[in-house]
Amino acid sequence: MLREAAVASRPWLVSPPLDSRSLALRRLIVRGLEGGGRGHLGSAFSLVEMLRVLYDDILRYDPQQPKWAQRDRFILSKGHGCLGLYAILADKGFFGAEHLDKFCHFDGMLGGHPEASKIPGVEASTGALGHGLSIGLGQALAARIQKRDSRVVVIMGDGEINEGSVWEAALCAGKHKLGNLTAIVDYNKLQSYDRTSIVQDLEPLTDKWRSFGFAVHEVDGHDVLALRALLKSLPFESNKPSCIISHTVKGKGIAVAEGNPEWHHKSKISAKELADLYAELEG
Amino acid sequence: MRKTSLDMVYELARQDERVVFIGSDLGAGTLDEFRDEMPDRFFMEGVTEQNIIGMAAGLAMEGFIPYVNTIATFLTRRCYEQVAVDLCLHNLPVRLIANGGGLVYAPLGPTHLAIEDLAIMRALPNMTVVAPSDKEEMARFIPQTLDLPGPVYIRLAKGGDPVVSQAELGFAVGKAILMRPVGRVLLLATGVMTNRALIAAESLAKAGIDCGVLHAHTVKPLDEAQILDLAGKVDGIVTLEEHTLVGGLGSAVNDLLNDKIGRSAPSLLRLGIPDRFPDKYGSQDDLLGYYGLQPEAITESVRDFVGRIG
Repeated sequence: MLREAAVASRPWLVSPPLDSRSLALRRLIVRGLEGGGRGHLGSAFSLVEMLRVLYDDILRYDPQQPKWAQRDRFILSKGHGCLGLYAILADKGFFGAEHLDKFCHFDGMLGGHPEASKIPGVEASTGALGHGLSIGLGQALAARIQKRDSRVVVIMGDGEINEGSVWEAALCAGKHKLGNLTAIVDYNKLQSYDRTSIVQDLEPLTDKWRSFGFAVHEVDGHDVLALRALLKSLPFESNKPSCIISHTVKGKGIAVAEGNPEWHHKSKISAKELADLYAELEG
Repeated sequence: MRKTSLDMVYELARQDERVVFIGSDLGAGTLDEFRDEMPDRFFMEGVTEQNIIGMAAGLAMEGFIPYVNTIATFLTRRCYEQVAVDLCLHNLPVRLIANGGGLVYAPLGPTHLAIEDLAIMRALPNMTVVAPSDKEEMARFIPQTLDLPGPVYIRLAKGGDPVVSQAELGFAVGKAILMRPVGRVLLLATGVMTNRALIAAESLAKAGIDCGVLHAHTVKPLDEAQILDLAGKVDGIVTLEEHTLVGGLGSAVNDLLNDKIGRSAPSLLRLGIPDRFPDKYGSQDDLLGYYGLQPEAITESVRDFVGRIG
C-alpha cells in the first residue's frame, strides 16, 4: 500500500519499459564505452530519453549545417554524460557512429567531455561543472537581441547544481525573464560519492527554481510520452525561463547499474561485462 | 583611464551593433547614456562574476563582442575557471576591462589588489594581456579591440596618470614601443611603470648611465622580436612591473632570454612586488614606494645592478 500511495503521488517512480529506440541508443553508448574502455555510463544512461525526445521531437537543427543560425541551441552542461550526447548526435547524422569506437583515443574526435571546436553539433565545451546555464542564457539573450526565435535548452546534473555559479545564472535568467531558455535537471539522485540527499541535499528543489523566477514542472525522465507532451508545451510561461525537474534513474536500463554509484564512471570493464550489457539491451 | 575606456566602449557600441556591455555592480551612473540609448545591449548583472563570464561567452558565440567591466581582482581570481574554459578554450572575442590593476586599491587591502593578474591571465592559451600606460594610449588601443581575435584582458590604472605615451609612436597590440633609445641598459616596463622608468632613465643619464626604455604594453603576446633585438645591444635589462615577481613581465622576459639566447644573454634584474601579500595600506604611490618601485628607488637599483655587472 505504501508503494502504491507513493507511486500515485510521484508517478515517475514507475517508468514504462524501454522501447527499441531507447535500447538502440543505449547500445550506441555501450559502443562508446567499449571503444574507450571507460566512460560515465550511469550518467549517460539517465539522459537517453530526454535527449531522444529533444532531438526527435523538439529541437530545430540541421545535421548538415550544424552552425545554422536559426537552430535551437542545446548544451549538455553535465559534460560527463557526453556518451549520451554522442549517441544521439551520431544517430542523427552529425557524424558517423564509428567515431564512438575511438572514444577517448589519442586521435579520436570524441573525448571524455564534449568539445565544441571538434565535434559537429556540440554547442559548448563542458566538463567543468556549473558553466552551461550561464552560456545558455547568454545565447538566449543573443537570440532576443537578434530577434531570432531560437530556443536554448541546458541539461544539468543534480550533483552539478551544487555549484554556486548555477544559482548566479538562475538569478540572472529569472531577472531577464528568458522565456526562450529551458533548464533541465537530470535528477537521478546520485552523485559520485553517494546519494545527493546525503552529499548536499537539494530539496526542496522545485521550490528553489520557482523562487529564482522559473516556471517549473516535474516529469518522469524515462517516460517518452510524458517528456514529449511536457517539452511540446514549452515555454511553460512566456515571460519566465522554464525548468524541468526530470526524475531519472542513474544507469537506467541495466539492472546492475541502476542506482549504483559504482557505475557513475567505469574505467575497467571486462569483456564479460560488455557482453552482459549488450545482452541486457537487446531489443 | 577607466572613463576613457568606457566612453570608448560606448562610442564603439554606437558604431557597431556587435558591441555589448556587461558590468557587475558598478558605480551609480556608469554608462547611463549607453543604457538609455541601447538598452538591449547594456547589462548590469550584479555581483555574479562567474555568471557574467559565461553569459559573455554565450553572447560571443552568437556574434557579439562583449566588453565586461569590474574590479580587476574579481575579474581574474573570482571567475578564473570561467575565463579559462568559457573564454579561452572557446577562443571567444570577449574583452575584460579590469579596474584598478596592481596596487590601485591600496587603501582597501589585499582582497582588492590585483598583483598577480598578469601572471594568471598570461598563463591561459589564446588570451591577450594589455596594460596601457595612460588614457591617451588607452584611447588608441580600445578601437583596435573590436577586431582582435580571442579574449583580451585590459588592465586599467588608477586614472589621472601622467600621459607619457606619444601619438606619433603609434600603438599596435603585441608591438612594444621604444620610448627612449638604448644605452648600456634597457628598462623594460609595462602599464604605469613606464612613466617611472622614463623618470629613472633621466636621472640615470645624468649619472652617466644611459638607459633605453621599452614600453611593453602588451604582456602577451610579448614582442619577442624587438626584445631579442635590443637584448643584443645592451649589457643589462631591468624589468619593471606593478605586479608580483612570480609569473609576470619579468618572468616572461627571463624565460625569453633563457630560451632564445641562453648564456650570452644580458644580465637581468627584475623589479616588482615580492611573493607575499601586501601588509600596508596608504596609497598606490605609498605601496610602490614600499616595494622600491618609485623612480628614486629604481634609479638606485639600476645603479647597483650596473655596478654588479661591471
